[in-house]
Amino acid sequence: MTVPTGEPPAGASLYDIGYRHYDGERLGRSYIRRALFSQSLRGAYGLGRSGKSKVLPMILFAAMCLPALILDAVTVYAHLHKPPVDYTRYAIYLQAVIGLFLAAQAPQAVSRDLRFKTVPLYFSRPLERIDYVAAKFAAMASALFLLTGIPLVVLYAGALLAKLDFWTQTAGFGKGLLSVALLSLLFGGIGLVLAALTPRRGFGVAAVIAVLVISYGAVSTLQGIAYSRGNDTVTGWLGLFSPVTLIDGVQTWWLGASSSFVGGYGPPNAVAGTVYLLVVLGLIAGTFALLMRRYRKVGLG
Amino acid sequence: MIQTEGLTKRYPRVTALNGLSMDIGPGVTGLVGANGAGKSTLIKILLGLSPATEGRASVLGLDVTTEGAAIRALVGYMPEHDCLPPDVSATEFVVHMARMSGLAPTAARERTADTLRHVGLYEERYRPMGGYSTGMKQRVKLAQALVHDPKLVLLDEPTNGLDPKGRDEMLGLVRRIHADFGISVLVTSHLLGELERTSDHIVVIDGGTLLRSSATQDFTQATASLAVEVADSDEHPDGTSALLDALTAAGLTAKADGHLLLVDIAGEDTYDAVRDAVAGLGLGLIRMERRRHRIAEIFAPSARESAPEPTAGAA
Repeated sequence: MTVPTGEPPAGASLYDIGYRHYDGERLGRSYIRRALFSQSLRGAYGLGRSGKSKVLPMILFAAMCLPALILDAVTVYAHLHKPPVDYTRYAIYLQAVIGLFLAAQAPQAVSRDLRFKTVPLYFSRPLERIDYVAAKFAAMASALFLLTGIPLVVLYAGALLAKLDFWTQTAGFGKGLLSVALLSLLFGGIGLVLAALTPRRGFGVAAVIAVLVISYGAVSTLQGIAYSRGNDTVTGWLGLFSPVTLIDGVQTWWLGASSSFVGGYGPPNAVAGTVYLLVVLGLIAGTFALLMRRYRKVGLG
Repeated sequence: MIQTEGLTKRYPRVTALNGLSMDIGPGVTGLVGANGAGKSTLIKILLGLSPATEGRASVLGLDVTTEGAAIRALVGYMPEHDCLPPDVSATEFVVHMARMSGLAPTAARERTADTLRHVGLYEERYRPMGGYSTGMKQRVKLAQALVHDPKLVLLDEPTNGLDPKGRDEMLGLVRRIHADFGISVLVTSHLLGELERTSDHIVVIDGGTLLRSSATQDFTQATASLAVEVADSDEHPDGTSALLDALTAAGLTAKADGHLLLVDIAGEDTYDAVRDAVAGLGLGLIRMERRRHRIAEIFAPSARESAPEPTAGAA
């Protein structure tokens, strides 16, 4: 209990294992938030966790980057004049990989603390509810941004190696990054809300996959029907009802990307374009608010 | 350390705390109450996590409604329930929790190594916690409450689920937290007997109100009795009632409870008097142990008829 000061008295043991008080610095909420953020972000890739938990995220990360490397090789050796895939289109093509990553890692980020009742230990410390939610939200979105952004960096590097026009490529790359940033926030929010509904990890995984797959399947089917009847306006509006098509609609209208909607028509007019953006921003804010609400009741369990 | 004044907490259906006023000083304080007496609600309010409906409370001189974060930086909390993820080691877990209390990475690692050693966790600390015994898990839970060197720790039922030996070890640790580490302790239990051996001061709450708050000694004197069981002999086919008569004749207060005789302990010579009475009657003495009453008996004298809570190793 007493802290030895100065020279130890003669014969004093070197192995003083008495209790020592901590007089060092106690850092505030912003440090704690950052510590929780980095721990959660690393956790999303299995870093600082068991070897087993690194396998899936690393495979998915490789699966995201590999096509970009192949496309680079094609661009360089086939002397193409533009990259074979748009920066804004890449994540849409690989949405299944992103969905799997989210389904596996969102429950990891929030269900564990709920299931093992670790949440009360956080809230008995100086951090507030919003710190916890913000750290988890930011970590999940950042994990997705790395997953979707790094392949774009690979594509961009390939395009520069192939000596394609610098300004065109940089503009496309910038738009791509902006689009995947929005996608990461939207997907991250949706994934965390679904995962935080249940302490059971399996249910969380199933819920995320179900919501992404079913909504996208339903929207594509309905868009196909509308398109076959020549109703392009309906096709354009239908995209509002699944996360992937929402991002697609936003980047088509606002970033001039080519639409992946059935038939290739994006949002039909300026009103629709604005609605797409508002819905995306609203969902991001809404999922954050839902998470805040979810943890209001958790308290000390 | 902790002051409350007319503290009241009403939920839509129940009143968990009802005008609780108390003043808890440094040292080890036992907070005793049956399940649902308001112990957990009180802890939530003291940590600034749940606003009181009425009244005021302060911890370490800090107001719970406005300075919750400052309180939580200086207080440790050990929950009653399990709270440990099974796939991480005690070291990783406690380091993380230390950082969540605002300790820089290096300090967090040093404090974790120290604290785990103090609670008695050695080589096991590098193994995943899923394989730990209940006793080891309780030690990790205690370590995460102590790792940031708080001024006060709130321990919610730390002996829950432990066997008698584990209980004794945990209570010994609780005692050391104050005696050796100089950290004040508020420890809850629904068993008074347990806290008697550990606490300097005992607070009993029931139905959200303060029943009693006094030094542990007062409780022990008021509640100690001696349970005596004797074998019948040919001479005394009902040994218990024969002994009861003999003890009453010797001026002791005793009453029969089935095969047991409960003798109020008047002083050290009570033991001798019982021994002499048994020997005088030529009965076989099966057991003689000091008993502690359930809390219920303290505030409901009519409940005294029910069997008291046995406490192993007393007498």
